[in-house]
Amino acid sequence: MNPFKKFLFELQETAFLVYYAFVRVFRRPVYLSEWVRQMDVIGVGSLPIILLTGFFTGGVLTLQSYDTLAYYGGQSETGRLVAYSLIRELGPVLSALMVAGRIGSAISAELGSMVVSQQIDAMRALGTDPYRKLVAPRIIALILMLPLLTVGADLFGIIGGGIVANSLFGLDYNVFLTSVRNGIATEDIIGGVIKPIFFGLIIGSVACHKGLSTKGGTVGVGRSTTSAVVLASIVVIIADFFLSRALQHILE
Amino acid sequence: MLSFLRKNKTESAAHGTLQPVTKDIEDAFFQPTRALPAIEFRNVYLAFDDKVVLDGVSFKVRKGETKIILGRSGSGKSTLIRLVLGLLKPDQGEILVDGEDITYLSEAQMMHVRAKIGMVFQEGALFDSLPVYDNVAYRLHERDVDEEMVEEQVKRMLEFVDLEEAIHKMPAELSGGMRRRVGIARALVGNPRIVLFDEPTAGLDPPTARTICELAIKLRDIQDVSSIFVTHEMKNLEYLSSEYAIIDNEGKVVFEEEGERLCIINTEIIMLHEGKIIFSGKEEQLRASRDRYIQRFLNGK
Ligand SMILES: Nc1ncnc2c1ncn2[C@@H]1O[C@H](COP(=O)(O)OP(=O)(O)O)[C@@H](O)[C@H]1O
Ligand SMILES: [Mg+2]
Repeated sequence: MNPFKKFLFELQETAFLVYYAFVRVFRRPVYLSEWVRQMDVIGVGSLPIILLTGFFTGGVLTLQSYDTLAYYGGQSETGRLVAYSLIRELGPVLSALMVAGRIGSAISAELGSMVVSQQIDAMRALGTDPYRKLVAPRIIALILMLPLLTVGADLFGIIGGGIVANSLFGLDYNVFLTSVRNGIATEDIIGGVIKPIFFGLIIGSVACHKGLSTKGGTVGVGRSTTSAVVLASIVVIIADFFLSRALQHILE
Repeated sequence: MLSFLRKNKTESAAHGTLQPVTKDIEDAFFQPTRALPAIEFRNVYLAFDDKVVLDGVSFKVRKGETKIILGRSGSGKSTLIRLVLGLLKPDQGEILVDGEDITYLSEAQMMHVRAKIGMVFQEGALFDSLPVYDNVAYRLHERDVDEEMVEEQVKRMLEFVDLEEAIHKMPAELSGGMRRRVGIARALVGNPRIVLFDEPTAGLDPPTARTICELAIKLRDIQDVSSIFVTHEMKNLEYLSSEYAIIDNEGKVVFEEEGERLCIINTEIIMLHEGKIIFSGKEEQLRASRDRYIQRFLNGK
């Protein structure tokens, strides 16, 4: 199979996976406890690393841009720059990449080892649809949790930016916060929450697809885990460009 | 003719579990549904890419019968079992379970067929994330059965495989033989009428292997379960085709050797080689076969 055909094939498989996961999602039994468990693992479990990422990203944005802004006499606008970059771009993308690394790999390793140890077969033999029991809760949890995590990252980023501006450059907190408030518009916030919804779908479907199509024993689990993380990250970055363009179009 | 067969049947009942050779003809008269095979393969063909795994395989497993499938590893035994469950679909041919053609059933339609079947996987395939209790109860939890009934059934099943003490352990804490027996308990919950064993004794010590064979014999003779038993261990073959289980006067299960009475044990053997069935029949016939491949398989040389 040539690479392009292979790509289309994988895309089709992933689309089917999402379809199967959601087509009968409310048919009994609904695995609500499984949804909640995944939200806990994915949302609460990722919170510390996401907040840390946000905090230091906000800090470094201030660190790197303050001098330039000061050169043009615009140091009072530091907050605007930090908030704008975080909410529009860095918050959603960095959160998605962190989650792709942490959760994407976990999902695909878990599903992959279930495939090679025949647990998926056993599940089907015992009358459970693995798409509904395993795939749907993970994708749903990612779609719901990633936007919340992103908001957390944004907030902590702004806090981090403010602390750095104040402690290293002596900028007043009020000045910083005023410029944050002036810097962001409603559509930035909406856009910043819509993006992670798509990123959650991408990470979940890529990781589940890679995990469930694992072949070749334990070596195969390693392979599919790596490719799940790499593929999910790249697709997130590519999708970010097109989503930004589409959101510009729609929201402005 | 009819009265003769009828008489034969009462006699066999008096002897416990005798299974006359005329059983399927007899069934056809007195219990028409019993005449339907539990599992039937009709000219099944399956290839992975260009590797042909099953090449026109046909056989029947009658109700209450145990079919032993022999074959070297890679001969397609697990594949054949996966076909019965609809985990795979054949390229050609038909597969029937209880007379119903399952070949073209969708995943959702397969669920009622799978409810009739218990499957014991090669390595147990227990759910790592669940304790033994939840593994065994899995099928009942999926059906939203009342927790009290679940508990009772799980305890009964674990008793059947002699593992009551492991009920709260995680699969990772169990030995290979225990995992396999939990797998059996999980497969038997809900009393499936068909049970598929995929090399249930591979890699186990002889006494544990013997216990597992006894379980299979009990299922066959006392619970009238139809089964496919995949193995390549000659000991299993010997146990399953020379012993039968009956309930003695005190209500205990005892195993008896077949002795001189031939053909009372409801077990037949088929042997797979290069995608085809190269032997089908009783153990005596297998041992008497002059086929060089079969002799090598039996004696290892
Ligand atoms: N999903 C699969 N994809 C490709 N080849 C497979 C697959 N499953 C089984 N095979 C091949 O089919 C053959 C039969 O496998 P299997 O039924 O597991 O053998 P057995 O259980 O008798 O040892 C083997 O050669 C195996 O490599
Ligand atoms: Mg096998």
